[in-house]
Amino acid sequence: MAEIGLAHYLVVSAILFMLGVFGIFMNRRNVIVILMSVELILLSVTLNLVAFSARLDDLAGQVFAMFILTVAAAEAAIGLAIVVIYFRQRGTIEVEDISALKG
Amino acid sequence: MNWTLALPEIALAVSAMAILVGGVLPRRDTTFPAHIAALGALLLAAALTLAQDRGLAFGGQYVADGFSTFAKLLILFGAAAGLALAQEWNARQGIARFEFPVLILFATTGMMVMVSAHDLIALYLGLELLSLPLYVIAAFDRDNPRSAEAGLKYFVLGALASGLLLYGAALVYGFAGTTRFDRLAQLLADPARVSAGVVAGMVFVLAGLAFKVAAVPFHMWTPDVYEGAPTSVTAFFAAAPKVAAFALLARVLTGPFGGLEAQWQQVLHLAALGSMVLGALAALGQQNIKRLMAYSSIGHVGFALIGLAVGGEAGLRGTLLYLAIYMVMTLGVFGVLLCMRRGGRAVEGIGDLAGLGRTDPALALAMAVFMFSMAGVPPLAGFFGKLYALLPAVQGGFWTLAVVGVLASVVSAYYYLRIVKVMYFDAPLPAFDARPVAVSVVVAGAGLFTTFFFLFPAPLIAAAQAAVAALMG
Repeated sequence: MAEIGLAHYLVVSAILFMLGVFGIFMNRRNVIVILMSVELILLSVTLNLVAFSARLDDLAGQVFAMFILTVAAAEAAIGLAIVVIYFRQRGTIEVEDISALKG
Repeated sequence: MNWTLALPEIALAVSAMAILVGGVLPRRDTTFPAHIAALGALLLAAALTLAQDRGLAFGGQYVADGFSTFAKLLILFGAAAGLALAQEWNARQGIARFEFPVLILFATTGMMVMVSAHDLIALYLGLELLSLPLYVIAAFDRDNPRSAEAGLKYFVLGALASGLLLYGAALVYGFAGTTRFDRLAQLLADPARVSAGVVAGMVFVLAGLAFKVAAVPFHMWTPDVYEGAPTSVTAFFAAAPKVAAFALLARVLTGPFGGLEAQWQQVLHLAALGSMVLGALAALGQQNIKRLMAYSSIGHVGFALIGLAVGGEAGLRGTLLYLAIYMVMTLGVFGVLLCMRRGGRAVEGIGDLAGLGRTDPALALAMAVFMFSMAGVPPLAGFFGKLYALLPAVQGGFWTLAVVGVLASVVSAYYYLRIVKVMYFDAPLPAFDARPVAVSVVVAGAGLFTTFFFLFPAPLIAAAQAAVAALMG
């Protein structure tokens, strides 16, 4: 079996990141999926940082990763709260219906 | 550990939490005292900022220098004016809650951390501390579907931008081996150490920051959020956060990424050109004045980017001056927009300003001054902002930027002057409701600054010059 090196982590993380970005832009159905995509992006970054941190033998990356996890929790809470008030107003969270503002 | 360098931020964060507790505990309404306390906290932070020492703190993650002092004072001023404008409007709109000043204070703390960040981690935390309260106050009018939609759109695109920035920060950390700005600057000054990974990381970081300043091609959230968010919130969005994001951009470009100038200069060129052109053209057909101001702000961001794209002391000074002048003008304009209330309902069509010259001559005069100033008519402040932004471009031989800038301001003069025409030459509509006192004060102050800046430009120019010298030195 091949040794798992930094490049493998970077590739996995890049794939997760792309999945997250495409999940935000290609998604036509549900806002919750967008929130999940945002989490996916943040997790890909965290994975990147931890892999780099191990490779560089430097703790700053892991500290950064802990901060990201904390902020991601706050971000998810705020995102869900906004989705809730949106749903209360409109009765739907379909992405295609989010179009009252345009021009 | 020289933690006293972060004293303004600590004071602001502690007062915000104290106001939060003070708002939750008693049964009676604490909205107005909370606003006053928040203004007091901003004043305290400004005094501490002026009195503080210079240097690095927290293991080199944090910096207090002349540049951060200049930017912080601008930010605190913008936040205080935004808060003063918002209080009465929120009360009349029925959305006055004590959380509003608390969220503004947290956002202001975030902005101050951003301009003092000297490390990618501090940069990210400051940016998020700014963004998270902004998502909430965009959706602050929670019984209004438009506000909820503005909050949702801002959240989704803002979270994406944070993700881009973080991915870039991780790449920079991985390929350069450090997150500290001074070490990055040392490393990347040597072209042999610049790898493709670092350049890719820098591009992602710039994309995330471009989103925060709403530069093309990351501007698409601006019109929707400006239009949907309550006007008091839009007034805050348009002023202080722009200064903070630009200050951060300036620090990142001159510090850690200073050695990559060849790589980022082209990107900033295109962003500046695109922002100026889009800001001028897309605003032409707008009927909603908040949406018009959103496109106008994109155009102004393009002008402020010219200085960064050109680089050097003159360019950066141009950017800082442009931002300071733009912030005052925009606070004035939004002060006028906050007066647009007829029969107890807020109105926001450009047509609703019809005949303001006869129904409220003072307000119409102030609005006309701001519009002429934004269009760049001498001798108003906006003209000097554009002058100091375009001059370095001409001197540095960046002719495309200068020519497109002048053309864009000619095109945008059309929609600014259209507002003046509507106010003075269209048949009057019924008068607006009485103006709140705080709004009148802010509008009058902004109007006087905009009109008489040409008589006393020296202090502001000297302050901007000193800030740039501190940043480059």
